Amino acid sequence: MEAAAEPGNLAGIRHIILVLSGKGGVGKSTISTELALALRHAGKKVGILDVDLCGPSIPRMFGAQGRAVHQCDRGWAPVFLDREQSISLMSVGFLLEKPDEAVVWRGPKKNALIKQFVSDVAWGELDYLVVDTPPGTSDEHMATIEALRPYQPLGALVVTTPQAVSVGDVRRELTFCRKTGVRVMGVVENMSGFTCPHCTECTSVFSRGGGEELARLAGVPFLGSVPLDPELMRSLEEGHDFIREFPGSPTFAALTSIARKILDATPTYLP
Amino acid sequence: MEEVPHDCPGADSAQAGRGTSCQGCPNQRLCASGAGATPDPAIEEIKEKMKTVKHKILVLSGKGGVGKSTFSAHLAHGLAEDENTQIALLDIDICGPSIPKIMGLEGEQYVEDNLGVMSVGFLLSSPDDAVIWRGPKKNGMIKQFLRDVDWGEVDYLIVDTPPGTSDEHLSVVQYLAAARIDGAVIITTPQEVSLQDVRKEINFCRKVKLPIIGVVENMSGFICPKCKKESQIFPPTTGGAELMCQDLEVPLLGRVPLDPLIGKNCDKGQSFFIDAPDSPATLAYRSIIQRIQEFCDLRQSEEENLINS
Repeated sequence: MEAAAEPGNLAGIRHIILVLSGKGGVGKSTISTELALALRHAGKKVGILDVDLCGPSIPRMFGAQGRAVHQCDRGWAPVFLDREQSISLMSVGFLLEKPDEAVVWRGPKKNALIKQFVSDVAWGELDYLVVDTPPGTSDEHMATIEALRPYQPLGALVVTTPQAVSVGDVRRELTFCRKTGVRVMGVVENMSGFTCPHCTECTSVFSRGGGEELARLAGVPFLGSVPLDPELMRSLEEGHDFIREFPGSPTFAALTSIARKILDATPTYLP
Repeated sequence: MEEVPHDCPGADSAQAGRGTSCQGCPNQRLCASGAGATPDPAIEEIKEKMKTVKHKILVLSGKGGVGKSTFSAHLAHGLAEDENTQIALLDIDICGPSIPKIMGLEGEQYVEDNLGVMSVGFLLSSPDDAVIWRGPKKNGMIKQFLRDVDWGEVDYLIVDTPPGTSDEHLSVVQYLAAARIDGAVIITTPQEVSLQDVRKEINFCRKVKLPIIGVVENMSGFICPKCKKESQIFPPTTGGAELMCQDLEVPLLGRVPLDPLIGKNCDKGQSFFIDAPDSPATLAYRSIIQRIQEFCDLRQSEEENLINS
């Protein structure tokens, strides 16, 4: 059998999970962040790669915006969030000189940066790399998948909200996965209901039922519903320690269950 | 290591392909050959086609999921309530075309006598079809929409865009450059995670000299249907759109609260205004639509004064 291509910076990563959606604003970055934290809670070493060039949300989720990114001899050093180095990130957000500056690039330029991003970050040894993507089925997605293909990603988590208009776009994303050979690990329904803090009535602010229907239509597992939690959002935005606040949120139980399903679906390798 | 230039001088600038920041860019050869320098003939053709279109409004956001398509659709519905006004709604979100669903047009192409809709969604035979196109092909589709669709006499052309600041946005601004866009309405939610993308969008507009009609803050507060008390589902931890608008000196056109009936009606493809005429969200929309009309009328009379002076 032919020897594999030169290993490179992704060789130390055991499993790669893509977080996709056809639709914008469904909470891909939030879910990517929560999933990474839930996996870390289960004792795993996790990295997050944010390939959303136009709207890089991940640094802010961890209060890491403005952190400097350094070059080491193997490429870019990811930003570590804790002393144990159990969670690290890379985002184009770290490379922007002015955060309000728009990255107004056409496809070919985006492709070039994504290729660099995927191959030139010195992740070291990781159990999971969670790759957060922008909405759509275009240049960034094709570039990311092409760059990751040699490393055989575990699969994709597809995020939707309950509304039909979201399901409509995400169905197309599922076709994209099929056409590009990405295995869909399952569908996550986000923003599934809001519990009024005054009277505890739960309202389906963004309609209902979309996630399960989508999973059924596409014949993929439904991994779970994640409710809206403004308190968590507030603490995220105010730059509180998300890592510490997350376990207290109603979303935590949902994400822990989703992470469990992913851990169970991950093939274990004999040493 | 290949450097990707951050300060691209622009494909049609004199420095295209020749600037120091062009070294190593995948497009360098193409730009240096001067291919970008000659203006696309489609721009003039589109200018001709657009002569019968009085007002052109782009609906933008840096962020996804803030309600651009919902807003575009309801702006169209609101303006079309005047039977004497011809409205056209163009959806250039090629990967995620939501407009057909929100307008109740899956399977049909007719809304009202005076409201016409165009979207790539209509060209797809199945709701599962994915449009997996790279930038240049998306640009070609947008060019076709603008140049080859017979718009006829239109009072308002509303263009709904995908999230981001990329090919689609550059193309629509470029192709409509000669035809004069009235301005852009930028949609956000109160959260900083949206505002941070919207600030980029505002800077994009300024960079390409696109006038900004104003910002709409969507999902601004939620009234519990049971106890009627207000909560902030998307808390404005950094001052919301109001503070951002003050800082960046752009008008805040209004705030639209979250009404669960909006989502339900979009799912059914109906106008929310018909289902909930007295909702605070409907009232907010109507006030915003009026301000947009005033802006367009003002620009029109300013232009006419210029021509006549």
